[in-house]
Amino acid sequence: MSREINVKKVTEVVRDLCIRANTELPRDVIRAFKKAIDIEESQQGKEVLKQLIQNAHIASRNSMPLCQDTGLALVFLEIGQEVKFVGGSLEEAIVKGVSEGYTAGFLRKSMIKNPLTNPKNSEDNTPAIIHEQIVEGDRLKITVVPKGGGGENMSRLKMLKPADGVEGVKKFVVETVELASANPCPPVIVGVGVGGSFEKVAYLAKKALLRDIGQRNPDKKIAELERKWLKEINNLGIGPAGLGGRVTALDLSIEEYPRHMATLPVAVNMECHAHRHKSYVI
Amino acid sequence: MLYRLTTPLKNSDIVKLKIGDKILLSGIIYIARDSAHKRLVDSIRKGKRLPFDIEGSVIYYCGPSPAKPGMVIGSAGPTTSCRMDPFTPLLLERGLKGMIGKGPRSRRVIDSIVKNKSLYFAALGGAGALISQYIKASQIIAYKDLGPEAIRRLEVEEMPLVVINDTRGKDLYRIGWKKFKRKEK
Repeated sequence: MSREINVKKVTEVVRDLCIRANTELPRDVIRAFKKAIDIEESQQGKEVLKQLIQNAHIASRNSMPLCQDTGLALVFLEIGQEVKFVGGSLEEAIVKGVSEGYTAGFLRKSMIKNPLTNPKNSEDNTPAIIHEQIVEGDRLKITVVPKGGGGENMSRLKMLKPADGVEGVKKFVVETVELASANPCPPVIVGVGVGGSFEKVAYLAKKALLRDIGQRNPDKKIAELERKWLKEINNLGIGPAGLGGRVTALDLSIEEYPRHMATLPVAVNMECHAHRHKSYVI
Repeated sequence: MLYRLTTPLKNSDIVKLKIGDKILLSGIIYIARDSAHKRLVDSIRKGKRLPFDIEGSVIYYCGPSPAKPGMVIGSAGPTTSCRMDPFTPLLLERGLKGMIGKGPRSRRVIDSIVKNKSLYFAALGGAGALISQYIKASQIIAYKDLGPEAIRRLEVEEMPLVVINDTRGKDLYRIGWKKFKRKEK
């Protein structure tokens, strides 16, 4: 049995998610800010965190972006294998949703058309960057993640040697956060991918950022690494806004995948405190 | 210490400010980021006039989101400053006195800040909605074709900033990290 979904509905949902993701900070992030205020030892750091909560209130009250960098529009699809799309091209429907959302929502258009040959703004923040996954069932889950340039610029990927082991991976992760310092708007959220191939590991790091703050990897051993590495990052002293303090990262998530016996890929995707992500199921 | 400052910045004000000082900045500042910096520096090298008087001026590294109807500007927080580092020393030599952004600057920029008696301030990154409330007027004055990267003239009122680099060559970021760094694993 297949279930039909008209792509017009997809456009509507993407449009709405683009606007909401950029203007409403998710509850898990606000909760994390409040918890961080209690932990933070720096007075300046506490003040920064309070201002971030205030910023979220102003954005939501005025339906304006939390941050002027309303990002690349990343669209994650979980497509039920029984879904049949009707009414046109799914990809075009998503791109149309992004264009409409960024225009109607007064969001910033940051996409540069041809980086090498025609570095001009596309003027509607398209195209989107789309990642799809086929799952069981007859539903479609759409998640929009506006991803700013500040965090992306500080992200890194390295093909480690298997001999580098867990210690080598951890060293690379902590070093990435230290090198990023005040640039990606700390307190950050750190997405870590380990294993897979060159392109898979970057995707895993990004996917790790889709989790709510505080949601641990279901694998207990990985969950333990997430706790340990987060603690080590928070010993760096970078602090809120990078002005020195206890809370450098609000969370760290790891996604793992089998690797080739000759390789140990690791990717670290940095996310600013404006941890924007909104989902909807059709 | 908390200081109220008005642009254009004067050397007598600049030299008394120290890292960690809180500033409430009022007056005219100019928005310029990546592509606009490239054009400004190209203009200087070609001996062309700049689109604004750089002497005593303050540049804000920002690319605001569009203003909604009835609003002066959209969200307008700082962008990462280090991307402007290659262009900064030349602008400081031409009289630029203040820069607002986020994140640390290169050694070369810090040295140039000292040499040219200027200041680097941070605004709160990721707080663009909050910061927009201190902006009272906004107008594109050059490079309109760059869209969100165009040069804008802003009128700000008591915009809260913190001094990151002063005329003594100190760096608030590096001092802060050292203070809170913990050795134990």
